[in-house]
Amino acid sequence: MSITAEPPRQQFQSDANRTSTDAPRRAAVRRALSNYQTARDRTGATFTDWKSARASAATIKHEAVNHLDRYLEEFEKKFSARGGKVFWASDSKQARDYILHLAKEKNVRSIVKSKAMTGEEIHLNQALLEEGYGVVESDLGEYIQQLKGEPPYHFVFPCMHLRRDEISDLFQRELGTEKTDSPEELTMIARRVLRRAYVEADMGISGGNFIVADTGMISITENEGNARLTVGLPKIHVALIGIEKVVPCLADLALFLPMLATAGTGQHLTGYNSMYGGPRQPGEIDGPDEFHVVFLDNHRTRLLADPEQRDALHCIRCGACLNVCPIFKNIGGHTYGTTYQGPIGSVITPHFRGLEDWKHLSGASSLCGACTETCPVGIDIHHHLLHNRRNAATQKPAPGEQFLWRAFSFLMKRPALYRLATKFAPLGGMLHPLVQGSPLDPVASWTATREFPAAPAGSFRARFRAHTAAKSAALKKGGVQ
Amino acid sequence: MSPNRGDREAILGRVREALREEAPLKHPAERSAGGEPTTAHFREWLPPVGASIEERYALFAKLSESLRTELQLCADMAEVSAAIKKLAEEGAWKTIALHEGELTSALVPAFPAQLSPMVLSKGYDKDQLEACDAGLTECDLLVAQTGSVCVTSKSAGGRVLSVLPPHHIVVARKNQLVTDLSEAYASLASKYRDAYPSMISFITGPSRTGDIERILVLGAHGPKRLTVLLLP
Ligand code: SF4
Repeated sequence: MSITAEPPRQQFQSDANRTSTDAPRRAAVRRALSNYQTARDRTGATFTDWKSARASAATIKHEAVNHLDRYLEEFEKKFSARGGKVFWASDSKQARDYILHLAKEKNVRSIVKSKAMTGEEIHLNQALLEEGYGVVESDLGEYIQQLKGEPPYHFVFPCMHLRRDEISDLFQRELGTEKTDSPEELTMIARRVLRRAYVEADMGISGGNFIVADTGMISITENEGNARLTVGLPKIHVALIGIEKVVPCLADLALFLPMLATAGTGQHLTGYNSMYGGPRQPGEIDGPDEFHVVFLDNHRTRLLADPEQRDALHCIRCGACLNVCPIFKNIGGHTYGTTYQGPIGSVITPHFRGLEDWKHLSGASSLCGACTETCPVGIDIHHHLLHNRRNAATQKPAPGEQFLWRAFSFLMKRPALYRLATKFAPLGGMLHPLVQGSPLDPVASWTATREFPAAPAGSFRARFRAHTAAKSAALKKGGVQ
Repeated sequence: MSPNRGDREAILGRVREALREEAPLKHPAERSAGGEPTTAHFREWLPPVGASIEERYALFAKLSESLRTELQLCADMAEVSAAIKKLAEEGAWKTIALHEGELTSALVPAFPAQLSPMVLSKGYDKDQLEACDAGLTECDLLVAQTGSVCVTSKSAGGRVLSVLPPHHIVVARKNQLVTDLSEAYASLASKYRDAYPSMISFITGPSRTGDIERILVLGAHGPKRLTVLLLP
């Protein structure tokens, strides 16, 4: 769980220990993710050339992110000209305060919200609830997680870890509905509750997938239509969006929308892809009177300032890197303790929330590179994890590790001592059972779930010497050369 | 910080400071023979569609089927009316919401007697719209490559008519079918110039969710069914 008093590293460790031994849940998550992968591969194969499409996407995002100031200003100019308002928030608090202030000023009573990871990032719902505003998540998965009082498990598939009977129990407890094992019936229960929420809400809060600079629009991708309703019915629309989400032109979406869908869910295009360029325009019959875009920095500029890792801001949050990650499959989404789970979360969280507290995430990788391979915008995700490891080691070397390296190099520079040490290695193996399982065990974290390999009887050097001796003896005998 | 615009100057300042050192472009798009980066030609890399209108239509029909969009060819307006009548009878509809338009308005006189139309105009009653059995709209374009219907707040009766009622019916003409999203955006740009409607939406199939055990359920919120009635 991400809301915990434990320090992030300890929380990660204990949750990982627990979740990685929950075999049935692991198997279910693994099955679901491999289905996504199949769908993704099938749709990806319909592209004339996925690799070139990816290079194009990477190039466009590179242009956008490396001229971010210009594009954000261009958006603001276009968007304001059509009656929209832009608020620039340096951090979570500024963003929350702005939205709270707006709600108060406009006498808002109830709020409906569509999926926004930025909302999770700034803990918006808690802040709104504390001030007495009812806020309902309208994406089905998010709604389920909200009822459960739990953060999303996966930033694209929020409740993929839950079984239908768990959801049915949850609905029974929270909504007083009958038990059912039909996903269809469960969906219809949520549908009924949520339709009232849209009609009654006077503020709709959304995220945004793309900030379109040249036309001043926010583009929102979804499958359910809940975002369409969230920003269509209430009289105020607030879109909370990270400043890195820029694309230069509307026409660029012709590339990004299919790639996002293919990589994320294996669809050709997601159910609804909508671009909003302002509040209701003259002559239109509905739509909000006010449209506020809140640009969120919240340490994105810190990542931007690192040219080596800047491209981590190219991410379009498709979730593909989570779906293929062997670590995610085994430890699950909550273990990360972050807003953004999986490989990309492990890359960006140390920048957003501090390297010292979050550097352990860089180790949550087998460096297999599956994430890098699958990323539709070509981010070298696993190399970034290595960069984070290096940065953490330079910033604050671990004392134990430093000592070990020093001892190692001391030994390696003294062949006689090294030979002596290899003689004693099997002794270590013999003595190990005496401490195994006790706090004195130096390899406890290894032996907790595995056997420690026994040291071989002879060293490599001894074998090599014997081998060359035998060979030269044979040569001498044969008398050749 | 200004109460209206927030930390605008501070953020832009940090962005500019951060960007003083350039980041390497790790995956440059290849250059085409003409030396232009291929970003300008990314259409080439997307799924192929075919040039003729028949090929476009064939792909749109195939995708509609897999998306569970109910696509029906109609020879003329009389057939469109008949199709609506049939749907209304099957679903025992009482009210259908629609917007004023060349095609939609022409259909009203032929509605069956038990079906009352709710023509949306400014300030309509949300509850009344929510209770409608179906929504009838026109659209801007249809997109072959993705099987999508493109609506805007100008062409399709505002923002919610196409997404609140449980059954969305679109009346369109075959010549509205474009190849891909690139063509769609180009067409929207020439149609609206700088005065874009406040919403452009590509609708791809009825509302869907797979949030529960990845099992597809239609009608998570809006339309459980999407019917496209296509005129020549
Ligand atoms: S890093 Fe790449 S694969 Fe991962 S979510 Fe972002 S865009 Fe998708």
